[in-house]
Amino acid sequence: MSEYTAKDFKKGQPRWCPGCGDHFFLASLHKAMAELGVAPHDIAVISGIGCSSRLPYYMNTYAMQTIHGRAAAISTGFKVANPNMTVWQISGDGDGLAIGGNHFIHAVRRNIDINMILLNNRIYGLTKGQYSPTSPRGFVSKSSPYGTVEDPFRPAELCFGARGRFFARAVATDAPGTVEVLKAAANHKGAAVCEILQNCVIFNDGTHESVYSKEGRAKNAIYLEHGKPMLFGENKEFGLVQEGFGLKVVKLGENGITEKDILVHDAHCQDNTLQLKLALMEGPDFPIALGVIRDVEAPTYNDAVHEQLDEVSAKKKYHNFQELLLTNDIWEVK
Amino acid sequence: MVEQTKVTTLDKVVIRFSGDSGDGMQSAGNIFSTISATVGNGISTFPDYPADIRAPQGSLTGVSGFQVHIGSGKVFTPGDKCDVLVAMNAAALKTQYKFAKSTACIIIDTDCFQKADLEKAAFKTDNPIEEMGIKQDVIAAPITQMVKACLADSGMDNKSMLKCRNMFALGLVCWLFNRDLAIAENFLREKFAKKPAIAEANIKVIHAGYDYGHNTHASVDHTYKIETKVKVPGKYMDISGNKATAYGLIAAAEKAGLRLFLGSYPITPATDILHELSKHKSLGVTTVQCEDEISGCATAVGASFAGALAVTSTSGPGVCLKSEAMNLAVITELPLVVVNVQRGGPSTGLPTKSEQTDLLQALFGRNGESPMPVIAATSPTHCFDAAYEACKMALEHMTPVVLLTDAFVANGSGAWKLPDLAEYPAINPPYVTPEMKGNYTPYQRNPETGVRYWAIPGQEGYMHILGGLEKDSNTGAISTDPDNHDLMCRLRAEKVDKIPVADLKVEGCVDDADLLLVGFGGTYGHLYSAMEEMNQAGKKVALAHFVNLNPLPKNTAEVLKKYKKVVVAEQNLGQFAGYLRMKVDGFVPYQYNEVKGQPFVVSDLVTAFTEILNK
Repeated sequence: MSEYTAKDFKKGQPRWCPGCGDHFFLASLHKAMAELGVAPHDIAVISGIGCSSRLPYYMNTYAMQTIHGRAAAISTGFKVANPNMTVWQISGDGDGLAIGGNHFIHAVRRNIDINMILLNNRIYGLTKGQYSPTSPRGFVSKSSPYGTVEDPFRPAELCFGARGRFFARAVATDAPGTVEVLKAAANHKGAAVCEILQNCVIFNDGTHESVYSKEGRAKNAIYLEHGKPMLFGENKEFGLVQEGFGLKVVKLGENGITEKDILVHDAHCQDNTLQLKLALMEGPDFPIALGVIRDVEAPTYNDAVHEQLDEVSAKKKYHNFQELLLTNDIWEVK
Repeated sequence: MVEQTKVTTLDKVVIRFSGDSGDGMQSAGNIFSTISATVGNGISTFPDYPADIRAPQGSLTGVSGFQVHIGSGKVFTPGDKCDVLVAMNAAALKTQYKFAKSTACIIIDTDCFQKADLEKAAFKTDNPIEEMGIKQDVIAAPITQMVKACLADSGMDNKSMLKCRNMFALGLVCWLFNRDLAIAENFLREKFAKKPAIAEANIKVIHAGYDYGHNTHASVDHTYKIETKVKVPGKYMDISGNKATAYGLIAAAEKAGLRLFLGSYPITPATDILHELSKHKSLGVTTVQCEDEISGCATAVGASFAGALAVTSTSGPGVCLKSEAMNLAVITELPLVVVNVQRGGPSTGLPTKSEQTDLLQALFGRNGESPMPVIAATSPTHCFDAAYEACKMALEHMTPVVLLTDAFVANGSGAWKLPDLAEYPAINPPYVTPEMKGNYTPYQRNPETGVRYWAIPGQEGYMHILGGLEKDSNTGAISTDPDNHDLMCRLRAEKVDKIPVADLKVEGCVDDADLLLVGFGGTYGHLYSAMEEMNQAGKKVALAHFVNLNPLPKNTAEVLKKYKKVVVAEQNLGQFAGYLRMKVDGFVPYQYNEVKGQPFVVSDLVTAFTEILNK
């Protein structure tokens, strides 16, 4: 049992708009941290700029709100320098995938042991309503009055393309689902990307409508659990099977389909092909995948850095500055 | 029986080794300077290499040069023009002859002056000496053939044999200057400790070059000697500016008891700092080669927040990208050292050449009121002290600090007396005290220094948030209050202004100079030499050379106003002169400005300064 409660991690009064998905997420983060039991002073919460990046101000931990897009890089430096701290990096879709896209992919590629939270509301909120790199093609916003003419990133695809070892998804309003995902991310050693689907009530209301309510999720989402068959629907009457190169939704009992025909989720499978297919499923033909989609062990960057420091140090004969000097060609003038 | 050659004693001499970029000229030059330094001569070196890694062999763009200045006393620059020019091929002679004095001795490898070589070097006739109007002594030796003959029995392949050509030239130069080959032998045996056959081949070729000079008198009527006048006893090593910078950072981290963290992205001419630091894992140095310059600085800011001595190294174009994260360190008041090895700009500019054009960028190149200390290193060896001071300043005053070096200082080298770290000042960061536990806020300040206290994460009772948004001066909470912002801007500026720096030193005719030379950073050696030369000619000249550019030394105005005439000489179009005019009321200096990507030429300085004196 953890000695902490959610209250131990709470600080201040959030100033997000009423109904903003960030409120829901923050409560889940406090709860997940309480359940994880890491002391507040052993945690650093580091964000960039944007609505969601205000989050560190509401955390009773060490924290830093940094500059736009750079949270992943700053978190990387922090974790390498102080590997005993647990690092949560908070970004929105603009912060993490537009201005910070390069840091995002490289933090994932390096597999630095940080929890990378991507609060995806598919809009720039703080600058008052411009399309983001996750806004769908044709999206009408203040900066795209006639609709965007570009395709969005799909965060999972970017994460997998950067060799991501952990990808999970939750809906901000789904507290139990979010807490589960956050705990799994914290328990995963390495870069753990969590896409949190959240609503912007002011500039992009309803963007995740199909899964934002409990009823919606029952119909339109599938909760993936490692080792469990991929069943979904209000009465778990649907399932996923593989067909050819793709996935297919089937109904149990139709065409002789039984539960044993249904795919069983394997989050630990090294090959990410099927995991990516699951992550990219979209309505109305497919359910949206929630939960831990991929969770594969791999050496972390910070461990590897420190192991190399130790290994080389054991081999080398110089361990302070004076000894370093003597490794050079030296002459004496008498 | 060979007649004994006359030996003339010289005070100083400049030798320039030049050849194809694969000819090992840097190596030959390095060994020669080491031999000279070992006997106590003053040395200063400057590699002048092309931007292309391997331009076509024998081409004009592929010529690489290495100049070494040797003196009986201390030498301050690699010298203007050379007394000996080694040109290993036709292209080298074509491009490097302009660096030779009218009295110079020129050594060429005639085997690389064949028809094809001459064509590649754009010679129109088959007599390059005549075509270029060369009147100086030329030692024309068939170096390639002699090297092959010398190594005929070695079992080496042709390519490996040709790699030893530089040692023949070195041997010849050693003969010309009566150098002891034993030192070169030791050096090579150590360098090729794992390949003794290569070491012995090189040694054999050095001797062959030496003997060739000795036996033939190599068409010169006398050889030279550089005695050592003033010996400062002690242990020495040859060190480049970039290496000295890296060593200064390591030394400061050790003195402060902190881990050194470097976030960096490869960029010429700063990359050697990353190379050097990434070697020293046994000293706990952590280096992260980042995805970009932005991340280089951002990771360093993260590491600083986490409690490391954090550094990022780059050149001007990289600073453009880092300025955002540097500003985060300004507002969060975290220690950070930003090393800018200046090169020619703007934009990609002249990547391998040297300028002082990033001064105003360092001082002011960020949004908002963004005070930042700036320190400039004056010579390759001074990079050590400058880096040490930058770290001490950053850690003790909780601020980012810019350390300006330049390509000239970074790539050049000098003999460095090994420092004793015990003699360096202690570094005491303003850590939180036990009394602050439970009531710490990040912008509480030491009332005297204006410095905030540093709470390294992981400690119970000191949790806090830092960030890029303006904070309340008391609580550390976000604040947009107008008066608070005004106060915080002033507090950050005052904190930097209060940093103690050494007084500006005046050298030369301190009391009665008719002209004061003023410079900063890497031009010290040239300005000092110009002053020395003018003083020897009976002119009254003094030099005030700046290391601390922000804050400026307290006596700056006093010094600048003391002399009748002042000239600010710098390798830009007047950035330092303008800055001084902004800082010192009524200061109107003469200016000497040059932006050629090359070091100053002392004789040009003397001419220009004499003109100012005569005005």
